[in-house]
Amino acid sequence: MATALAEPDADASRERTPITSGRDHITRAEGWRRRGPLLPALIFMVIVTQIPFIVTLYYSTQSWNLVRPGSREFNWLNNYVQVFKDTQFWTVTLNTVLLIVGTVIISVVFGLIFALLLDRKFVGRSIVRTLLITPFLVTPVASALLFKTSLLSPTSGLLNYALSPFGVETDWLSEYPLASVMGELVWQWTPFMMLLILAGLQSMPKDISEAAKVDGATSFRLFRELTLPHLRRFIELGTVLGAIYLVNTFDAVYMMTSGGPGVASSNLPFYIYQRAFLGFDIGQAAAMGVVTVIGTMVVATLALRLIFKSFSGTQEAV
Amino acid sequence: MATTTPTRPVTTDTTPTPVIRRKRRPQAGLLTAFTWILSIGFFFPVLWMVLTAFKKESDANTNPPTFFFTPTLDQFRNVFDAGIGTPLLNSVFATVASTILVLLLGVPAAFALSLRPVRKTSDALFFFLSTKMLPIVAAIIPLYVIVGKIGMLDNIWTLVVLYTAMNLPIAVWMMRSFFMEVPKELLEAASIDGASLWTSVREVILPLISPGIAATALICVIFSWNEFFFAVNMTAVNAQTMPVFLTGFMSGQGLFWAQLSAASVLAALPVVICGWIAQNKLVRGLSFGAIK
Repeated sequence: MATALAEPDADASRERTPITSGRDHITRAEGWRRRGPLLPALIFMVIVTQIPFIVTLYYSTQSWNLVRPGSREFNWLNNYVQVFKDTQFWTVTLNTVLLIVGTVIISVVFGLIFALLLDRKFVGRSIVRTLLITPFLVTPVASALLFKTSLLSPTSGLLNYALSPFGVETDWLSEYPLASVMGELVWQWTPFMMLLILAGLQSMPKDISEAAKVDGATSFRLFRELTLPHLRRFIELGTVLGAIYLVNTFDAVYMMTSGGPGVASSNLPFYIYQRAFLGFDIGQAAAMGVVTVIGTMVVATLALRLIFKSFSGTQEAV
Repeated sequence: MATTTPTRPVTTDTTPTPVIRRKRRPQAGLLTAFTWILSIGFFFPVLWMVLTAFKKESDANTNPPTFFFTPTLDQFRNVFDAGIGTPLLNSVFATVASTILVLLLGVPAAFALSLRPVRKTSDALFFFLSTKMLPIVAAIIPLYVIVGKIGMLDNIWTLVVLYTAMNLPIAVWMMRSFFMEVPKELLEAASIDGASLWTSVREVILPLISPGIAATALICVIFSWNEFFFAVNMTAVNAQTMPVFLTGFMSGQGLFWAQLSAASVLAALPVVICGWIAQNKLVRGLSFGAIK
């Protein structure tokens, strides 16, 4: 993974302005002196993140259910076969993809709208920005509980109250569990997209749009032909980072629906958690974890390559 | 942009004259009003949570919702009686200790990665990033087993270590982007003056990037404080953190909405304040320092 992605631009710019010596080749000792400060962090990360993953790989080849003591044995790739045969696993995988894609798309659209509204001078702009980023900061467990109890409750929820003039009376969490979770996540992630896109808007050179305005371009045309292309990279970055963070969504599912009814709103982290900590099926859960990691890595590698390619070679580069 | 000769029918506002600009004023006012209404609507759930925290339990769960009520501090008192002390202290400890560890490990690493790369440094950089892309769930089972075997389940230090690992990659990337902004001329001047690398780091670079380090620390605080997955799996009673404490209100005999809201407010407040302070730097942290 790590070797697949080089970072040509940053390397090149360092090459031009060497910090300590002008020579191209540095001595072994010098190399170690520079690498030295990196080592503690590197070793720490390898121990804490890589060892568990290798152990996961090992567990995934074991038939190991804590409910049946003494049953532990090597069973080749049997767990993987079971995982792929498990129809619930596929439902959950689809849920995970829907949850990530849906949340990212909707929060990018909202984030874009908010960012455009905030990219003007007006009274109380910083207060408005502060209000808008708050959902992102509220402890996710608290937000999930807030949505479950105060907003989406069938009996006294605010949403039903607000929609009652239209005759809507729905038990949101049991009738639209996945959409409810997605709604909460969108609320939580829109501020992130807004901040990112706002940073993009503020990095836009103003003189070009001024010139276009003088030339008589409508705001819509200005937006479509100047702003949007400029924002593309920021939106891409938001999409990829949002997806990376959202793959690990657990709090919202755990608190709002517990993955139910059935597995209707279960995502991979929650399903694997259930299998391991409530079903005690360590081998199967480990195999699912490995499948999830491989899937994520394939998607993320492709996406990240795209993003960092588009971000290097510009002034805003890493 | 060939905007001088519009291909489509000319609409009224394609001919900008000072007159039209002045006419746009009320429109801008409307847009401002719209922005305000939208943002208050978006913020409303948080406001509702805060309001509910000051209600009596009988006012909290009503249909239609109660908008006017006599505020009371009872719920906050109840929450303290329900034993918020331990989780609060645990959250503070895990957050502060892991943030310090992140900085101790991360600042030197970020500095090393901001120098002209020796072989493999960009690999190291992407290794850090790749650990962030792995779904945590794939590591939780062995972590649980290993932590159990060394007798560290329900121990707050376990969370400290895990939170450090969780935040270190983001912190390294973010701080590296601050280090890269330090003008190289400054360092060259210092080394011409005979300063060793260490002296110039201490005297020149660190003062320059201390705001960046502060911002990074705040990002780490936000993530550690809000973390739930590790906390719920690795702790029980002794090392319980605030998010886990909140789940305790979901007990069988009905919900105490007002009390839950008070606990939620207490859980969210420190981080919300940190985030408000760091809002300018927030996006940089969240995007691994990829943008300013």
